[in-house]
Amino acid sequence: MDLVIARPEGLYCPAGDFYIDPWRPVERSVITHAHGDHARTGNGHYLASSASEGILRARLGQDINLQTLPYGQRLTHQGVTLSFHPAGHVLGSAQIRLEYGGEVWVASGDYKIEPDGTCAPFEPVRCHTFITESTFGLPIYRWQPQAQVFAEINQWWQANIALGKASVLFCYSFGKAQRILHGIDETLGPILSHGAVEPLNRVYRDAGVYLPPTLYAGDVKKNDPLLRQALIIAPPSAGGSSWMRRFGDYSDSFASGWMRLRGTRRRRGVDRGFVLSDHADWPGLLWAIEQTGAERVMVTHGSIGVLVRHLRERGLDAQGFNTEYGDDEEDNTTAEPAIAEVQP
Amino acid sequence: MKDFAGLYAELDATTSSNAKLAAMQAYFAQAAPQDAAWAVYFLSGGRPRQLVPVRILRELAVEVSGLTPWLFEESYQAVGDLAETISLVLPENPHTSEAGLAQWIEDKLLPLRGETPDYLSRQLPLLWAQLDRPSLMLCIKLITGSFRVGVSKLLVTRALASMAGLDSKRVAQRLVGYTDLSNRPDAASYLKLIAPESSDEHAQRGGQPYPFFLAHALAQPVEQFEALLGPASHWQVEWKWDGIRAQVVKRDGRLWVWSRGEELVTERFPELDSLVHGLPDGTVIDGEIVVWKTARPSTEDAFDPQSSAPPAVQPFALLQQRIGRKTLDKKILEEVPVVVLAYDLLEWQGEDWRNQPQARRRTQLEQVIARCNNPVLLPSPVLTGEDWFDLARQREASRRLGVEGMMLKARDALYGVGRTKDMGVWWKWKVDPFSVDAVLIYAQRGHGRRASLYSDYTFAVWDGPPESSQRALVPFAKAYSGLTDAEMREVDSIVRKTTVEKFGPVSSVKPSLVFELGFEGIALSRRHKSGIAVRFPRMLRWRQDKTVDEADSLATLQDLLA
Repeated sequence: MDLVIARPEGLYCPAGDFYIDPWRPVERSVITHAHGDHARTGNGHYLASSASEGILRARLGQDINLQTLPYGQRLTHQGVTLSFHPAGHVLGSAQIRLEYGGEVWVASGDYKIEPDGTCAPFEPVRCHTFITESTFGLPIYRWQPQAQVFAEINQWWQANIALGKASVLFCYSFGKAQRILHGIDETLGPILSHGAVEPLNRVYRDAGVYLPPTLYAGDVKKNDPLLRQALIIAPPSAGGSSWMRRFGDYSDSFASGWMRLRGTRRRRGVDRGFVLSDHADWPGLLWAIEQTGAERVMVTHGSIGVLVRHLRERGLDAQGFNTEYGDDEEDNTTAEPAIAEVQP
Repeated sequence: MKDFAGLYAELDATTSSNAKLAAMQAYFAQAAPQDAAWAVYFLSGGRPRQLVPVRILRELAVEVSGLTPWLFEESYQAVGDLAETISLVLPENPHTSEAGLAQWIEDKLLPLRGETPDYLSRQLPLLWAQLDRPSLMLCIKLITGSFRVGVSKLLVTRALASMAGLDSKRVAQRLVGYTDLSNRPDAASYLKLIAPESSDEHAQRGGQPYPFFLAHALAQPVEQFEALLGPASHWQVEWKWDGIRAQVVKRDGRLWVWSRGEELVTERFPELDSLVHGLPDGTVIDGEIVVWKTARPSTEDAFDPQSSAPPAVQPFALLQQRIGRKTLDKKILEEVPVVVLAYDLLEWQGEDWRNQPQARRRTQLEQVIARCNNPVLLPSPVLTGEDWFDLARQREASRRLGVEGMMLKARDALYGVGRTKDMGVWWKWKVDPFSVDAVLIYAQRGHGRRASLYSDYTFAVWDGPPESSQRALVPFAKAYSGLTDAEMREVDSIVRKTTVEKFGPVSSVKPSLVFELGFEGIALSRRHKSGIAVRFPRMLRWRQDKTVDEADSLATLQDLLA
């Protein structure tokens, strides 16, 4: 019997009668992480990792019916043993391990292999069946070590300071923004953050993650000379809005795994594209799958067809799972059609 | 190589002309002349013929990357660019080659042409291993002849001119023919481009043509013409021919014919050879090569819009068939004969006439043509009208006459360089395109900026009237331009949600989207399922107000044929 099946409401565990990251309101939900496409409002009960509590309450409401569990600690519900294990994606992100009648399944949500210092690093968990994402499930996606990307960002920022231009860096406001803040060279100049980013910085700081001091961009006046030295962290939606006017002459950039491709980089229409993702790249996906020792792999959102076919060729029992998870890199252009196509 | 790859990356990353200009200036300022020579060649559109068959490149990339062929293919479909795909899937290497662009091209890449697959599969991986990723991508683009970057020739000209302290028109003049296949760039040819102005500069040498003067589109309603352009009498008005823009150069007892792409096409049009006798040395004529079949008694009559005889100028499709041929046999030359419809005189008696007013050039042109007295050289007739409204009425005959509309040239204008406006303006006043409402049935991911985005579509019309219950959609045209980026993203997401089946890179979708398609010409075709081929199809508008049932049918297209 399958421990997890796909239902119109989300991924469902029949033995335990609960959903994992449901996209429609359900009675009982278990949440991998707090990105909007995985953690939605309206569920009767939430179970999540302790590390995600701050973010979940900040995003879904202080009064949600939330029960938390530290990483690695077990809880048994209707005979199903559950535990959370770090997924290395964003603060509080977890893989969910389920054990029932000797069968072990792991639902990984979204994950990243390279440790980044802003959340507990990815931890492979042995299992019989592994549920994996496939956002960057093509061999063209291979990440550089992040230190190299941060060095590029620092150089770009410095070059802009030399030209007297503000440096506006667009990125997803939860996770990516804090990872960048944590990784860049704060001595180069003042750092400002957009109103969508600042509250999340607070949650990270409260959780003990070091972030350099940031100013709320709204507090800085237009034409303030400080802007010409500043790095501004903003969500992509701020681009092209009137909010940008205050920066006068600026250079803009975008940080995302999609920036690996010339086409997406050019379409974005920014001066620079930095290839920085909170998801596993192709070698990362394959490594993670191998580490679990799983013989069966269920593939969700991203390049489902490609990853399934590739895993089958390697002798694994792989299948596609249709989900409604989206793309927190915010430029979902490489994802395959919604149908889980599996080529023979 | 690394420097040129750096320049490519900079040009590719920005949309600002000033930033591009600065990047090119910085590159040329430090580049060795032999490297700069090739850089100018590639930046201004030069493309050596493909050096290695694409099939071999793919096979090698699959082998070196260790991917299965289908996984490589999936990757290519997502990237939309072969060179980029290969550079993304091969192992990353540190850049170890010290060789410059010229050395790479001349010593390493050009010698690959015609080599055996065996040799190539040994040699190419050795070359690739010396390059970092940006240089590798560039190298493969040079090998496949697909190097393209968003700079115009005008911008390259400006970069060189400002660096050398020259007038950019002068540089443009020197650059003409630089990218022709017969030219091999070297340090000397580059230094000539940027050399100080010399006194005998204007003395044209060999068969070199002049930079073409290009027209701007005029889209305003005719009511505004008087205010915008002044009285019609100040303008020289001609038909806008749908052929190949060309310059005929006669010097030193020889004749050269150049296309607008600055390609030497003399050998493609042997019937023009006879002009070598009728035109005196030091003559350069600008005009249009068209397929011409006159069933009419006289040339004058051939242009008469009132005449009921079929027009002498033939559809572009016919000319295209002829261009496609490798060899021109007698039959083709008889069935698809061409003439030059001349409309400008750029050089006369060895003198550059481009700074003479349009009207004067025209008068002299007519004399040259009359003296030449050769039926393959005809004057493009000048049209006259009482006012703009009268001309607008005459323009309505465009479709019937097989022309695209009218050209308006100020009578006192000089002959400019490229799409400039400072020396006078040429306007193209085109007729509205044909249009039909068609249904999107297949989509494919695009290339370049549209990589990974479903942006190339196949459109269909119904093969029967709405009341017929068994009617089906027949594909008749492909189009990929005309939508805004935002619309394209929206269509992309609908395609992904409504995909029915995938055939390799092509997705068939549940018919739900209707677009107004515009096109310039329509002809019968045996090669198309619909029996119809259209020219320059593009999306004019997304008809979100129309359902699939309301789209047009084949009968609509057949009516346009009449």
